[in-house]
Amino acid sequence: MTAYVIRRLLLAIPTLLMMLTMIFVLVRLVPGDPAITILGDQASEQALRSLRAELGLDQPIYVQYVDFVFNAVTGDFGRSLFTGRTVLEEVLVVLPFTLELTAASVLLATLLGLPLGTVAALYRNLWPDYVSRVVSMIGLSLPSFVVGILLLLALAVNLGWLPVITKNGGSVGDHVRSLVLPTFTLGITMTALIARVARSSMLNVLSEDYIRTARAKGIPPARLIRRHALRNAMIPVVTVVGLYFGTLIGNSVLTEIVFSRPGLGKLIVGALNARDYTMLQGLMVVFAAFVILVNVFTDIAYGLVDPRVKYS
Amino acid sequence: MLMSETTSPQKNRLWIAFRNNRLAWIGIILLSTIICAAFFAPLIAPYDPIEQNIVRRLEPPSTDFWLGTDAYGRDVLSRVIYGSRVSLMVGFLAIIVAMVIGSVIGIISGYVGGVLDRVVMSVLDVMLSFPTLLLGLMIAAMLGASLENLIIAIAITEIAPFARVARAPTIALKQREFIEAGRAMGFSRIRLMGLHIFPNMASEIVVVGSMWMASAIRTEASLSFIGLGVPPPTSTWGAMIRDGFDNILEAWWLPVFPSIAILLTVLALNFVGDSIRDALDPKTHAE
Repeated sequence: MTAYVIRRLLLAIPTLLMMLTMIFVLVRLVPGDPAITILGDQASEQALRSLRAELGLDQPIYVQYVDFVFNAVTGDFGRSLFTGRTVLEEVLVVLPFTLELTAASVLLATLLGLPLGTVAALYRNLWPDYVSRVVSMIGLSLPSFVVGILLLLALAVNLGWLPVITKNGGSVGDHVRSLVLPTFTLGITMTALIARVARSSMLNVLSEDYIRTARAKGIPPARLIRRHALRNAMIPVVTVVGLYFGTLIGNSVLTEIVFSRPGLGKLIVGALNARDYTMLQGLMVVFAAFVILVNVFTDIAYGLVDPRVKYS
Repeated sequence: MLMSETTSPQKNRLWIAFRNNRLAWIGIILLSTIICAAFFAPLIAPYDPIEQNIVRRLEPPSTDFWLGTDAYGRDVLSRVIYGSRVSLMVGFLAIIVAMVIGSVIGIISGYVGGVLDRVVMSVLDVMLSFPTLLLGLMIAAMLGASLENLIIAIAITEIAPFARVARAPTIALKQREFIEAGRAMGFSRIRLMGLHIFPNMASEIVVVGSMWMASAIRTEASLSFIGLGVPPPTSTWGAMIRDGFDNILEAWWLPVFPSIAILLTVLALNFVGDSIRDALDPKTHAE
């Protein structure tokens, strides 16, 4: 197991290098001189030159590349052009907010999606199945920010049940209540996805021979579903949760904007609006590293739900 | 049952699967309506979508303004109708661009094989694992907000799935006798790839395109919502929702109607895409 984890982490290194290369190329492909973009057309030639030197843009391209990769690997993702703080500092300040939101959403999506999909599979082509399928169809069709706005409108504005805006500080109860709407917003697409995958995976498992055998042996239905069917049906679900994690982080950007929550999303949009070029590049690297890490964890998690996966 | 289904020509099977699929029909009708609305927008829209009428700002839906007016007194219905143009155009063009670039990459990578194939595939894997929205957001932000840049940004995010879809059949096809024969006759690689391999997978690629268009439209709406879409005063659904969001406490109709428009469009595309996929997948047929 430990050897597998180590090897899996080592395998992530080429992927990380590839991502870094792509980010580097992407940033260099942008038309125009970043120095002019940052300082504006009116900037003096001297100011432009000193900024270029500061950003390392006066170096040959391969030197820039090696510097970029070396810095990224050693944890130096650059520095915000405006606040002067390092990208890592900025990220660490808001990361807990984003992590809290994504974790709550994954939890919600699993708690809602898994039963929804399982029930749909058990009552195939009956009304619970149709309800579950319509819900997941709509959930997968709406962009997350639309869900957020509609929820906000219904629950916070019209009914006044929940706070419209995330409060900083306040009691634990306030904090949890302000987390409810963003969590639903971010979690709804994933709920739909999990329900859909759980349904089809459950249908596959239910038609397996070993389920028929177990049923013939007289195992009570509830136990049959829980111990024999659901466990095997979980494998594709874990894959989907892992694969979806990147999208979840992407969607959290929009969710955070809708609910004006602090987090990585607001950080990105702030950097966008300020044309904070180094900050954006640094944030991309942080995201890339994050996505790769989640992929590694997903691979490792297979073994926890599927004992057939050999860590060898 | 399965035998007769799989041996019958693909076109026929598609039709059979489509004919009895209610969702497919709902999707087709919805989609045709939306396309017509976009196409004939100047004829259907009751008002000019960018004409401001400050006196009648933030009016709720009424017989004059079926879906109400926005903060500048512009008719929401007209703006929703005109907004369909941007959404459909961006979705369609981005998918076409992604389809062309992705297919070329996938076919060349699969046909040439070897080191090139391995490098290309690992680049694609990396692209696939990077969140679409974030990638689109970064590219759109760096290029600047405009219609062309929006299309480019969304197209780049969707190249990888097309390349993967094109690569797999290329590897299978390049070992078939007719390609072998072509090679023996001295046809150039480009001719073999373009005229003999590509036509054999064109239908699959189009199907994937129909499914990814929904995603392209969602991304467009999201980017417009952040403010990276087509600049104002052009009406786009994403931007309408963002603007409406500022007045959400007094005018619920502002974010709600563009949201419904997005929902219906994406739903229609998903219905059609799912039905085509089900029709082409022998596994779902056997059930």
